[in-house]
Parts: sequence; structure tokens; C-alpha cells
Amino acid sequence: MTLADTKPQSPSQPQPNAQSLSFDCETGNYHTFCPISCVSWLYQKIEDSFFLVIGTKTCGYFLQNAMGVMIFAEPRYAMAELEEGDISAQLNDYEELKRLCLQIKRDRNPSVIVWIGTCTTEIIKTDLEGIAPRLESEIGVPIVVARANGLDYAFTQGEDTVLAAMAHRCPKTVDSVEEKEERNAIQKLLSFGNKNNKEEATPTESEYVDHHPLVLFGSLPDPVVTQLTLELKKQGIKVSGWLPTKRYTELPVLEEGYYVAGVNPFLSRTATTLMRRRKCKLVGAPFPIGPDGTRAWIEKLCSVFGIEPQGLAEREAAIWESVEEYLQLIRGKSVFFMGDNLLEVTMARFLIRCGMTVPEIGIPYMDKRYQGAELKFLEQTCHEMGVPLPRIVEKPDNYNQIQRIYELEPDLVITGMAHANPMEARGINTKWSVEFTFAQIHGFTNTRDILELVTRPLRRNNNLKELGWDKLVRETAKV
Amino acid sequence: MKLAYWMYAGPAHIGTLRVASSFKNVHAIMHAPLGDDYFNVMRSMLERERDYTPVTASVVDRHVLARGSQEKVVNNIVRKDQEEHPDLIVLTPTCTSSILQEDLENFVERAQLDARGDVMLADVNHYRVNELQAADRTLQQIVQFYTEKARKKGTLPTTKTEKPSVNIIGISTLGFHNQHDATELRRLMTDLGIEINTVIPEGASVHELKNLSRAWFNLVPYRELGMLTANHLKDEFGMPFVDITPMGVVETAHCIRAIQTILNQQGVEVDYNSFIDEQTRFISQAAWFSRSIDCQNLTGKKAIVFGDNTHAAAMTKILAREMGIHVVLAGTYCEYDADWFQAQVSEYCDEVLISSDHGVIGDAIARIEPAAIFGTQMERHVGKRLNIPCGVIAAPIHIQNFPVGYRPYLGYEGANQVVDLVYNSFTLGMEDHLLEIFGGHDTKEVITKGISADSDLNWTKDGLAELNRIPGFVRGKVKRNTEKFARERGFGEISAEVLYAAKEAVGA
Repeated sequence: MTLADTKPQSPSQPQPNAQSLSFDCETGNYHTFCPISCVSWLYQKIEDSFFLVIGTKTCGYFLQNAMGVMIFAEPRYAMAELEEGDISAQLNDYEELKRLCLQIKRDRNPSVIVWIGTCTTEIIKTDLEGIAPRLESEIGVPIVVARANGLDYAFTQGEDTVLAAMAHRCPKTVDSVEEKEERNAIQKLLSFGNKNNKEEATPTESEYVDHHPLVLFGSLPDPVVTQLTLELKKQGIKVSGWLPTKRYTELPVLEEGYYVAGVNPFLSRTATTLMRRRKCKLVGAPFPIGPDGTRAWIEKLCSVFGIEPQGLAEREAAIWESVEEYLQLIRGKSVFFMGDNLLEVTMARFLIRCGMTVPEIGIPYMDKRYQGAELKFLEQTCHEMGVPLPRIVEKPDNYNQIQRIYELEPDLVITGMAHANPMEARGINTKWSVEFTFAQIHGFTNTRDILELVTRPLRRNNNLKELGWDKLVRETAKV
Repeated sequence: MKLAYWMYAGPAHIGTLRVASSFKNVHAIMHAPLGDDYFNVMRSMLERERDYTPVTASVVDRHVLARGSQEKVVNNIVRKDQEEHPDLIVLTPTCTSSILQEDLENFVERAQLDARGDVMLADVNHYRVNELQAADRTLQQIVQFYTEKARKKGTLPTTKTEKPSVNIIGISTLGFHNQHDATELRRLMTDLGIEINTVIPEGASVHELKNLSRAWFNLVPYRELGMLTANHLKDEFGMPFVDITPMGVVETAHCIRAIQTILNQQGVEVDYNSFIDEQTRFISQAAWFSRSIDCQNLTGKKAIVFGDNTHAAAMTKILAREMGIHVVLAGTYCEYDADWFQAQVSEYCDEVLISSDHGVIGDAIARIEPAAIFGTQMERHVGKRLNIPCGVIAAPIHIQNFPVGYRPYLGYEGANQVVDLVYNSFTLGMEDHLLEIFGGHDTKEVITKGISADSDLNWTKDGLAELNRIPGFVRGKVKRNTEKFARERGFGEISAEVLYAAKEAVGA
């Protein structure tokens, strides 16, 4: 963890030629989504779940209007809207939550109810962790408590709080043989092609190297889960399970000594929980985003299990070759990350490898330990590509950033939704950071998709270039 | 606690921010945790706003919680004052930060010492009022602040404008079709020979507020935003106001006549009756639509209306009075103003529903099974599930409510737009009729793989002539059904007889 020990350098002076990364903390006023937004993808991922956000109208309206999470058909998330009586503690939290959860059980019968604590429950100090176990045994539905509040966390870290809470619920041992079979669903799916004889249905075991069980954590769309699992299978690595799973009832077994690896850079609490509470061994690797990152991630896992990786260099090269037409559009161009979803360092590393330069990486929160391997990889990538190291700004100040953007005139700004249109109106190319949160960007296979997103503003604005519609506001750019 | 899946109106701070950011050169500082400033996203994305939303969150985090927010909030106000020189900075908490019970009034006073512009705390109870009430309150608060300020300085004007003039009160950002309504109202006032004194809050400067009293009267097109201000101005300056929403031909006429009465009382002899008549009968298409044969087919069709007070009441009246549609149920989610709604609609509908629970209205729709719904996005989705068409007439706003083209709901052009909305929402009259005759509804069997059944079947001259008489939009379907019929019966040629035999057989 050499990087974790790196002393922050003088905050105001970016030092492009420095040999190691510089970290500033601006502690400014910045915009990002509230961490409860994780509900929008987690309720879809965990199909037998129900998410109950315990907060105010402010929280509910956010999910409804800003995130656009629609509850129309079969709602599997809802607000427990706190009213004046709850705030002033005139009502009994236990009784209130019981009433709501019983209704949810009756209407939706979920396998788990996930309580999402918010800023409000933090401030009024609702004892959700104390209430949940009692209520769980009373109503007979597991209740997982995650404090995805904006006082402590930003945007994607909401998922981190939920997965960290769920990590406690992973079974310690496999109970019976049948259950083992059931838990093997993913493996069965993967060997679906060769079902010719019974011998071949289970045999996949032999294709795997004998290694300590490995569990991956991070919520990814099912196709990406399959892609990454297959990618590892090619190296003989068997993925014993994913956290989270499609069904809460199928959470992976976690025994002491299991290896765990994350697929996203915002999961530091989950990583810590798995290490400290479940005594798992964390594989610290760059994240499997971009062909470079995916290769490094697989290589790291191989090295942990003493496997000599096969064909990865060729695989990476083939991917790079296949996306050359995109690379031509961005090579030598600069990209500025305002900071939103904590994928910034990983994305920056990938785009630098693509030939871009990155003057600034804004990021809401920087865990230098969990992201250690990624930071090191970023540094290495910069050196190899011969470009200046980016300045990493934690908790950036959006107003100051906009001034810096006017000065630096980057070719592309990756930003939250609040600033995209105003910048476009001033002739600055932008891409929404949230798109990278929701798109399938992991693994070798999805490299094209990331580049499709990254180059879209450039391609679009190339189309419009002849028209001269660059500045669509009257006065000279003023924030 | 309340189990809530959907909210018709947003939290209070959204209302405050809508008003504050509608004004020119007014900045809002939110005292709020990370992520509570999604108003910026809504304004930038839904309204496709080109300018940076003048709202900054002074982020409350653990650290701030531990040491109190005063320093940070005051610094942020003063900083914004220096950076952008706004005329006014409005400080607002959110539901969350309001429970910290910090002395924000005191923060404002402290900041005012260093700020060149004005600083104000939005005085709203975040647990008792919703977005609409908060917007109404904040607008009144700002207006009162600036009239008092001008009074102290002795700069309040004492005279009215030379010609009759109006303040249009309640046009705001992120309002339901507000921008287009504002354009339409300006046109209408110009047509009536009335000058626009100000339009607030959208696009207005706070410096204009001291001149509000120069107008001859106030117009409050929306019940939800502006009534407090209009009443305040009435108390302060004795200014009369018109609060009849000019939506639909009849209500637009009522509104114009109310304006006429006010102007007459102030000694100007105006008579708008010929203008109203001309617009109604010859220029607007809405009245003609009501009389046209198309609208005949809507007679007695059952509809449900649900929305905010303004739009639900106006829509109920339009459907019942102007189109002869049977409004089975009219409802509003503005529970705080239920009496007004009752009084407005009860004579035009069978049932009145006051609720902000989307489940209640959803159940009502399922029970009544109307031919069409006029509601919010939520009812649109309920309708989708039940296969009932729905026209959206009210907030909560959606990106679809910010069309690039001109789509007002108010005034005579608004009446035209509403006609289109109604007409398109019901299964089109003629199409419906013909589909019934020819049994043209989609069937599961396919005749040929392609959509167009370019087939071996011959159409005789008279057969083709008959086919061509059928309106274009159902012709393809009738053709396919007839051909299918002919194929089943082994006809090699389709004559007019076969066509009608098909009609009888399939229609039977």
C-alpha cells in the first residue's frame, strides 16, 4: 500500500510532472446523487427483495423524479415516509415499522426486506439495527439494514452499504447436498452447452484448477456476471458465488479463508466487512473495466491461485484492435472528471490507456487502500503512456471545477446530470457520469460499449461542427 | 410513518427552489446533505435549461453535524454573494436538515452583515406543507420583502401605469407547461389591450417587485401558486385580482369578463364581448370542434379526471360543459384546498375524490372503467395497465411536459391543444365506428407473414371502389380482414359483395 502512505501534496498546485499522484481534498459544495439511488438498480438485481427507504418526502421525490425510478407495475420498493409524529418521537418506531412491513409481507411476500436508512433516520437516531432483529423474528421475513445516507456516503456507495449489510447474511457453511446443487445454478448455466451426456454435466469441475473458493462482490447485470465468470473459467478459476445474487435466498456461502474480490471501486465497506467480519481474504486488484483493467484483474486472481494465465495478452490485444476506430477519435484528447460515481479513477486509467490525457479526477470519496491497486495501475499507465499524472480531487467544489474547466478547455467533461446541459450550451463536450453507472462496462466484452459512450459526444459534435452551433448562450460563459 | 409509493407533489424545498430560481439573478443556498440538491438535475434535465441552476448545496456531512453548520452556511452565502453578485440569496433547508433545528434565521442575519445582496430564509414548515404550498408561500415572502424594503426607502410608486396593465402571478420553472402558458397569456393580454406590468416569478428581477402596485390588477392563472401573493397585494395596495383559470373556451371567456369588470370599475370602458365571440366562434378551433360531427361521437363517453386543483377542475368543466363527455369522477391531490375543488366541480361530475394516495385513484379507475382518463403520469400508467387511454393534464412534471414545440394549456390556443389531447385520447370516433363494423381489432391469427397482404386475390373494380371509400387509416386492416375472409371461404375474387359479406361475417 505504498500509495496509501503518499503524503498529500500542496493542495492548490497541480503538479503534472510529479512522479506520483497528488491528492487534494477540496471539501467543496458538489453535486452527486444521494446514495439511496442504489435502490433503483439493486431491487432489479435481487429479484425477491423489497427495499423500504425510511426517510422523508425529499428522499421519495428524489427517487421518483430525479432518478426516474418508476414504481408502476409491481413495486418492490417503497418509502416509509416519516411524518411529524415520527420526527418528534411521538410514535413508536417499532410499531410503525411493523405495521408497514406486515403490509409489505402481505402484499408482496418478499424473501428479504432491505431497510434503507437515510439522513433523517441518522439525525433522529432511529435505532434501525436494534429494531430489525426483533421485528424479523416477529414477522418471519429477514430484514437487512443499510445506512445509505448522504451524511456519510455518496451515490454508488449506497450499494456498498447494502452489500456490506448483506455480507453478514451469507451462510457460513453449505447445509446439505441438495442445497449445494441448488447453489450451483450458475455453474449449471455455464455448462449448459454440453449437456450431451450426464458425465459432461458435472465434469466442469475438472476444467477448474483446484483452488480456494472465490466469491466476487458487486452488483452487475446478469449478462456481465456470466461474462466475467466465463472469463475466469477460461483460466481455470471457479467463481463459487457472487454477492449479491439474483435471489436473496441464494446468497453465496462465505467460510473463513475464502478469497473475495470486488468488481467495482466503490465497495470498500463491503471489502472491509468481508475481511474483518467474515475472515475472508481480499484480493486487491485493479477493477475489471477496460481490456487493460480486466487483464490485470484476471492476472491478479491467477497469481493468487498460482495459475499461469493463458492467452490474456492476446485477448487484450485483440480487444484493443477491435476498437481502434473509437481510439482514433479520442487519442490525444483530454477528459476532465468532475466526480460523481466513484468509478472515476478506474475510468481515467482506462481512458489514459486509450491515449487520452486527464488533468483532473474529481471523486466524492477516495479509499486509497481499497483502490490501492487501481491507483498504482493508474500511475503505471500514465508512465507507460508518457502522460502527466492527473490531479485527484476528493470532495471537489463544483464551482471551482467549472472555472478550471474554462481554463483547461478539456475535450470532454464527464459530469453529473446537473451540469451537463449548461456546459453543452457553452460549447463544452460532456458525458453523464451516471451512464457509466448503469451501462455494462465490465470485462473484455464491454470495452466497445464504454467507448461508444465516451465517444458519442465527440461524434455527435463532429456531426454538428459545420453548423457552428457551439455557443448557445448569449453572454460569455459565466457560471 | 406512511407507506408511500408515489408522490403527486414534491417536498417543500422544491417549491421554494422553483420560485427562487425562477427569478433572474437570485441564488438559493440549500442547507442539506449530499444528494438533496437534485433540484439542479430536474431543472437541467427536465426543463433542458441552458444555464447553471442558481442553487448551491451547502453540504451537511458528519463533520458539519458535529460542529454545527453556522460557519459553513454563512461562508457559503457570503462566497456566493461575492462570486455571482446575486440580488437575493434565499436560504432553505430540506426536510432532513430542518430537523436539526439550527437557527437559520440567525445565520441569515450573520451573512447579511457581509453580503452586498439581500439574504433571506425561506419561511416554510417542511413537514406541514408540500411543494405547491411552499412555492406559494415563498413567492409571497419575497414579494412582501421587497415591497417592505421599497416602502422603507420611500421608493414605492404611487401611481398606476397610464394604460390598463396586469401582473401575471405564478409562472415558474418546472411548472406544468408554464412557459407556454405564459406566452399565451401575454398574447391574450395584448389582444385585450392590456399591458404586462410584470410576470412573476419566471424571468423577473426582484427589483421589479416594488413596481407591482403599478398594475391595475393581478391575474393568477394557477390556483396553486400565486394566491397568497395576490391576497397580500390586495391587502397592501387594494389591488383586485382575477383567479379564474382561462382554460377551455368557456372559462377563458369568464376570465376575460372578470377582467372587464375590474377595468370598468376602474373607469375604463372596455367591452370584450365581441372579442370573446370572435375568438370563440371563428378563430379558436375548440368551439367548432365541440359542434363538429367528430365530437358527437364523444357524447356520453365516460371519463375520469384527476390532477392538481387548477387543471383537474378546468378539465372537468371542459369535458362536461364543452364536449358533453360524462365525467364520472373528478379528483384532486391538493387535499389542503379540497373545499374549493368540491365547490368547483361537484355540479359537473358524479363523484369527487380528494386523495393523494395513488392507489385510491387507481382502484377507482379499475372500478369505473372509463373510456378515457385525464390525469397525471401515474394515471397514465394505470391506464396502460388497464388498456384505457390517458391524456396527461397535470403535474408531477415529466420530460414530456417540456415539449420543444408550442403547447399551452391556457387561453384560446390552449383550448385547441386540449381538444387535440381529448380527441387523441379517446379511441378516435370514426376509427372506432369502422372497426366495429369490420371487426378490425387485432386477431391472433395472421393471414400472411408480411404486414401488407399483397396476395393472389383479385379485387374487382367495384370491390376496389368500395375499399377506397373506407378512410385510409383503417383501410389496410379492412383489406386484410376481407382477404382473410375470402381466403377462408375460397373466393378468388373480391367484389363489393364479398367485402360486405366479410363485414357481416367478421362483424357478427
